[in-house]
Amino acid sequence: MSNTYFEVLRAGVNTTIQDIGRNHMYHLGITISGAIDQRNYVLSNKLVNNSLNEAVIEFAYQGPLLKLKNGSINFCITGDVIFKIIKKDGSIEDGNCYESYTLEDEEQLDIISTKNTAYGYLSVSNGFKLQKIWNSYSINTKANIGPNNGKKYSLQDKILINNQDLVLNKKNKINYNESSDNLIRIIKGTNFNYFSKKSQDSFFNDEFSVTKDADRMGIRLTGPKLENIVNTNIKSEGLVRGVIQVPADGNPIIMLSDHGTIGGYPKIGVVISADLDQVGQFTPGSKIKFKEVSLAEAQNIFKAYTIDTNKYLNENN
Amino acid sequence: MIKNISNLGDASVYCDFGSDVNEQINSNVICYFNEISKLVETNETTGINNIIPSYNKLIINFDLSQTTFNEVKEKILALDVKNQTKDNFKKIKIAICCDDEFGLDFNRILKITKLSKEEILNLSLNKEYFCYMTGFIAGMPFLGDINKDIRCNRLETPRLKVPKGSVGITEQFVNIYTFESPGGWNIIGNTPEKIFDNLNRKEPALIKPGDRVSFYQISKEEYLNWNE
Repeated sequence: MSNTYFEVLRAGVNTTIQDIGRNHMYHLGITISGAIDQRNYVLSNKLVNNSLNEAVIEFAYQGPLLKLKNGSINFCITGDVIFKIIKKDGSIEDGNCYESYTLEDEEQLDIISTKNTAYGYLSVSNGFKLQKIWNSYSINTKANIGPNNGKKYSLQDKILINNQDLVLNKKNKINYNESSDNLIRIIKGTNFNYFSKKSQDSFFNDEFSVTKDADRMGIRLTGPKLENIVNTNIKSEGLVRGVIQVPADGNPIIMLSDHGTIGGYPKIGVVISADLDQVGQFTPGSKIKFKEVSLAEAQNIFKAYTIDTNKYLNENN
Repeated sequence: MIKNISNLGDASVYCDFGSDVNEQINSNVICYFNEISKLVETNETTGINNIIPSYNKLIINFDLSQTTFNEVKEKILALDVKNQTKDNFKKIKIAICCDDEFGLDFNRILKITKLSKEEILNLSLNKEYFCYMTGFIAGMPFLGDINKDIRCNRLETPRLKVPKGSVGITEQFVNIYTFESPGGWNIIGNTPEKIFDNLNRKEPALIKPGDRVSFYQISKEEYLNWNE
C-alpha cells in the first residue's frame, strides 16, 4: 500500500497535529504547544502500539469527518468523545473511546463531538507521515509552525499516514475511568501578595466559572474580582503553562499550551503539573475551585499521577 | 547577580535579578541564560526544557518526571557566571515606514507628548537600541530605552489585531509585531522586513537578546516595493 491518507470531509472546530510539545524555543518567543491533555495523548498512541511520542490528531468540541484512502489502518480515540465509523455499504457502527478499531479503505470516521470536555485525540498505528519542525510535530497556529504550514486542518486537506501492514491482531482496550472534579491544586504565584487579604481568601474559597474565552492559549475565568493592592502590571517576564495571571480587571487567566511566552500581569498562582490535563479540558460554564498545596505535596501528587498513567499504559499488556 | 531564587509552580525555577530594568542587569540575565543553555547542550544536565530570559528575571522550566526544583536550583547556584556584557552582538538596521497609514497612534502620541510628528520621529529613530528579550509572540524583540520625552502608557483598550510588522512604543521600550496579534502598544510605523522567518530553521529570529538595533525611515513607495 502506498500513500494512505485521510481526506478531510469536515474539518471540525480546531483540528491540529500535536505531540509532547516543542521545547528549547521559548527564548525566541516560541511556546511549547503540544497536546493539551498529555495523558490522553500518550494513551491514544499506546492503544495502537505506537511509541508514546508519535504525532496524533487533536480536535476540540466538534471533531473532523475523515475518509480513509488507499489503505487500511488501526486507530484509537481517547477522551470523552462520540464517534462513528461509516462503512462502505453505508452502515454505521458506534465507536468507544480507549478501544482500537480497524478502518478499511474508503471507510469514514465521523468524530461527532466531545461530551463534557474540550479535547480528544485520534491516533493511527505507525503514525502520520509528517516532518518534525524544531523537534516536534505540534502545530502552532499562532506562529504558523509545524505540519500543514502551521495551520489547522480545513476541508479537503489530505493527512498522510505512514505506510503499514495491519499490525493489530487483537483489539486493544483499556478501562479508563478517571473521575474529574472541579478542584484544581495550585502553588502560590510570585505575586500572590499583590492581592488584598480578602481576595487571597476568596481565591481559595470561592468558585470561578470558565468563560467562552477558552482556547489552546488559555482560559479566562470569571468570579469574585481579585483586587490588586500593589500594581496591576509587572515588568514583562516569562510565563509557563499553568500560570494564573490576573490583569487589571481582576479576572484570572490560566495559561495553556499555546500561551504567549512573556506576560506583564501579576501571577497569583500556578496549577500543579498533575492537574494541567484536567484544567485544559474544562469547557465554558465549568465551575472551578482552587486549593493550595506545597511544593513537596505537588511533587508527590505528580508521582501518583505518573504511577496512574503507567497503570493505564500497562493495562493492555 | 541573582537576588533570589524561588519556585514558580512545581516545574520551574524563578531567578529574580531585582526590579530595575537596565542593560547591565539584563546582560547578566543573558549571561546566565547562555551558561544554562550550555549545560543543556552538553548534556551536563537532564530535564531542563525551556529557559526564558526577560528584563530582570530568568525562568527555567523543567520536566518534573526527570528532575526537581532543588536539583535545578543547585545547578544554577553552582554556576560561575561573570557579569560581562555580551560582546558578540549584531548591529541591525530596520527599515520603517511611518506614513499615517502605518503610524496608527500618532494622534494619541502627539496629545500625550505635546510634540510634533517630526520631533517624535527624530527622537525615536535616531538612536541605537538594546534588545532586552524576544518573546510574547515568536521573534518579537523588546528594545530600549527610548527617549524620555516620548514615553507613553499602553492603550487603555488594547487592539484585537495589530498588523504584522507594526513598530510600537510603550514606556521605555520599542517592539516589533512579528505576526498579527492582539496588543496595546502605541504604533508609530511598520516594517516590511521579515523579523521572524519560520522557514529559517537555524536562525528564525533576526534580532536576539543583546543585539543593537536602529531604525531608518523609508517612503511608502519603498515600503510597497520592498523585496528581501
